[in-house]
Amino acid sequence: MTKEILENILSKYPANKKDGLLPILQDVQNQQGYLTDELLAQVGKYLNLPLNKVYGVATFYDQFIFHPQGQYHIRICRGTACHLFGSATYLDELEKQLKVEVGNTSKDRKFSLEVSNCMGACESAPIVNINDVFYTHVTEPELSRIIHSLKEKTE
Amino acid sequence: MQFDVEINNQPVSAKRGETIKNVLDRIGIRVPTLCYLNGFSPTGGCRMCVVEVDGISELVPSCSHPVTEWMKIKTHSPRVLKARKVLVELLLAGHPDDCLYCERNRNCGLQDLAIEMNVRERKYHGKRQNIQIDRACQSIERDPAKCVLCGRCIRVCDEVIGVAAIDVVGRGSESRIGTSYNKGLNTQTCIKCGQCIMVCPTGALAEKSAMQAVLDALSNPLLFPVIQFSPTVPASIGEDFNIKASKDILNLLRAALKKMGFRQVFDTSMAADLAIMEEAAEFVERFGKHDRIPLLTSCCPSWVRYVEAVKPQLLPNLSTTASPQQMMGRLIKNYIASSAGQRVEKVFVVSVMPCTAKKYEADTDRMKDGISRNVDAVITTRELVRIIRLLGIDFGNLEPEPGDTHYGIRSTAGNLFGISGGHLEGLVRTIHHMMTGQELSTLKISELRGLKGKKEAKIRIGKVTINVAAVSGLANVKALIDDVEAGREDFNIIEVMACPNGCINGGGQKLNADEKSLKSRMKSIYDIDDEEMIRVAHKNPVIIDLYERFLAKPGSEGNRELLHVSRTKEES
Repeated sequence: MTKEILENILSKYPANKKDGLLPILQDVQNQQGYLTDELLAQVGKYLNLPLNKVYGVATFYDQFIFHPQGQYHIRICRGTACHLFGSATYLDELEKQLKVEVGNTSKDRKFSLEVSNCMGACESAPIVNINDVFYTHVTEPELSRIIHSLKEKTE
Repeated sequence: MQFDVEINNQPVSAKRGETIKNVLDRIGIRVPTLCYLNGFSPTGGCRMCVVEVDGISELVPSCSHPVTEWMKIKTHSPRVLKARKVLVELLLAGHPDDCLYCERNRNCGLQDLAIEMNVRERKYHGKRQNIQIDRACQSIERDPAKCVLCGRCIRVCDEVIGVAAIDVVGRGSESRIGTSYNKGLNTQTCIKCGQCIMVCPTGALAEKSAMQAVLDALSNPLLFPVIQFSPTVPASIGEDFNIKASKDILNLLRAALKKMGFRQVFDTSMAADLAIMEEAAEFVERFGKHDRIPLLTSCCPSWVRYVEAVKPQLLPNLSTTASPQQMMGRLIKNYIASSAGQRVEKVFVVSVMPCTAKKYEADTDRMKDGISRNVDAVITTRELVRIIRLLGIDFGNLEPEPGDTHYGIRSTAGNLFGISGGHLEGLVRTIHHMMTGQELSTLKISELRGLKGKKEAKIRIGKVTINVAAVSGLANVKALIDDVEAGREDFNIIEVMACPNGCINGGGQKLNADEKSLKSRMKSIYDIDDEEMIRVAHKNPVIIDLYERFLAKPGSEGNRELLHVSRTKEES
C-alpha cells in the first residue's frame, strides 16, 4: 500500500481519537487485503496508540487477517446451523484437499482458508464463501467440484 | 456520605463511592484476587473476589462493585466458596502443573489459591497451551503456559511504565498475553524494566537467570571472579533474611559475597561517584554553552532504551556518561585488574543489581574487541538471595567484613543513586562545587526526596539558579518530555528512573514487597547519607586518586572511551 493511499484513509478520521481504530483497520484491510505490522504501526501513530494495543484490538475480531490471502479466499461458516449440517467435516476435507491449515494460506498463495462466525443465512446452511461469492446448501461432492475447477483455473 | 451496609450479618459503615472490596479491606475481611492491583482501576477480570449480594442473582466482583445503602453482602457463603473453587480449578485446567520445577514455587498467587480453596485433584482437563517460551530478551522470560490472563503486567506496562509492550492478543479460549505479530519482547518497545515480573502472580514472567553462569565462574579455577553490588542491595536484602535494614548489612553482604568465592568485592556506589564527576563536568560544560539542555540522566538502562527506541530525537540531550554498573566493569577490566596483577581475560565481573534491564545493558556494552563484555554476568537481588541459600551461607550469622580500603570507599552521594531523586541530589552537590568551588550550604535537598512520581527543585548555584526534576515511573515522564520537545526550556537537568521510586523498587528486587519495606529501604539509604562523613563524590579519596593517577580531567576527551557512551545513532 502506498503512503498516499494510507494517508488518504487516515485523513478521513480525526487524529489521536481511538474511536477511529476499527473503521480505519477495515478500510486498510479492504485496500491491502490483510494487515501488516508496518501498517498497524502507522495507524497506531496516527491515533496515538501503541502498536501492541492496535494488534490486541485487531486480533479480537475474526474479520481481520494478518497475512496475505490466497488468490481464492475461502471462508467456511461455523455457525450453529452450518455446524449441524456438517461444516466441521467440510472444513477437514478442505484442509486436506488444499493442503492448507485453517487460518493460513497455501504455499503457492493460491488458496487461503478461514472459518467465519455465523454469516446470518442459516436457512441456506451450510454456506461457503469464496472471494465474496456465496455457495449455499453446499454438498460435499459439490464443494469438491468447485475446488477442483478453481484449481484448474489457477494452473 | 456515610451509610450502613450489612456484611456477613454484621452492620458496617461505608461511604458512597467505595467498592465492596474497599470496605472489606478496612474491616479486615480478605477476599482472594489475582488481578486486583492497589492503586489501579479495577478490571474485575479474574472473578476471584466475587461475593454474594442480596437481590442480585449473580455473584458480583467486590473489587469493582460499588457499595450501596443497606446492601447485604456475604463474602464467604457456601455458594461463593464453591464459585471460587471452580474458578481456580478452571484456571488449573490448562496449567502445566510443574510447580516443583517452577521459579515461583511457594511464592505463587495461583498456588496459594489452590491451597486456600483446598483443590486436591485436577477436575477439568483443558487443552494445554502450546505457545513457546519467549526467551529472546536478555532480561525477561515469558512463559505463556503459566499465564492466568489476569492482565496485571499489561496494566503496569501501560499505566506505570507507559510503553505498552504487551497486550491481550486474540479472544476467548485463544486469548493470551503477547506482543504484536508474536515477535517477542526483544523486538518490541519493551524497555526490560521488569515491573511486569513484580506484579505477575504466577511464574509466567521471570528474569532471565544468570545464576548458572555465576556458579560456573565461581567454581572455575582458571577464572578470577569479582563482584560489584548496587547500593540498593544492602538496603533491601535484609528483608529476605529477616534482618532489619541497617549499616551493618553492608558488611554482612560483603562477607557473604567473599564466602561465595568472589576474590574482590566492589561497591557500585564508588563508580556512581565517578559517574557524578563525569556527568557534573558534562553538565557544567553544556550549561555554559547553552548546549543540549536539559541534560537527561543516563544511569537507568530502561530509560536509555526508551529514548533509543521511542524518542531518538532526545538522544543528544541524554548524558554520555556511562552507567555506574558499566563504569565499574570498565574500570575493573581496564585498570583495577591489571594493577592487581590479573590478566584481563581471566577476570569475570559479576554485578548484583535490583534491575532486570541491567542484564540487557551489560549485554550491549562490549570491550574494544567487540566481543568480550565489561560486565560478564548480571544477577538480580532475587538471584543473589537464591545463590546465598544454595551455597549454604547463613547470612545473619556471618562475621561482618569491612570494605577494602582500596576501592571500597564511596561517598554517600553515589550511594543515593538507587532512589528516585538521589542521583540528582548527589549530582547537584558536585555541580555546585565545580561551578563555585564551594559546597552547598545544605547538602540534603528535601524537595527531591519522598514517594512522589515527579519531584522538582530549584538550586541556587552562585549567581545562577538551576531547575531540576526527578521523575520515576516512566509513564510520568511523558508529559514532561513532550513539553521539552515542544520547546520548554526552564529545566536544566531531568533525572529519569523507569521504575516507580527508582531502583529500590526495581524489577529485580524481592517480590511482593509492600510500601512499608519500600520506605524502610529509602530510610536506610538516607540514614547512611546523614551519618557518614564523605557526602560528596568529589571528596571520595578513591575518586581523587583515580583522577590523579589514571584518568584525565573530569569530562575531558581523554575519558571519553573509558567512561562515556556514544549517543549518535551510527555507533549505537
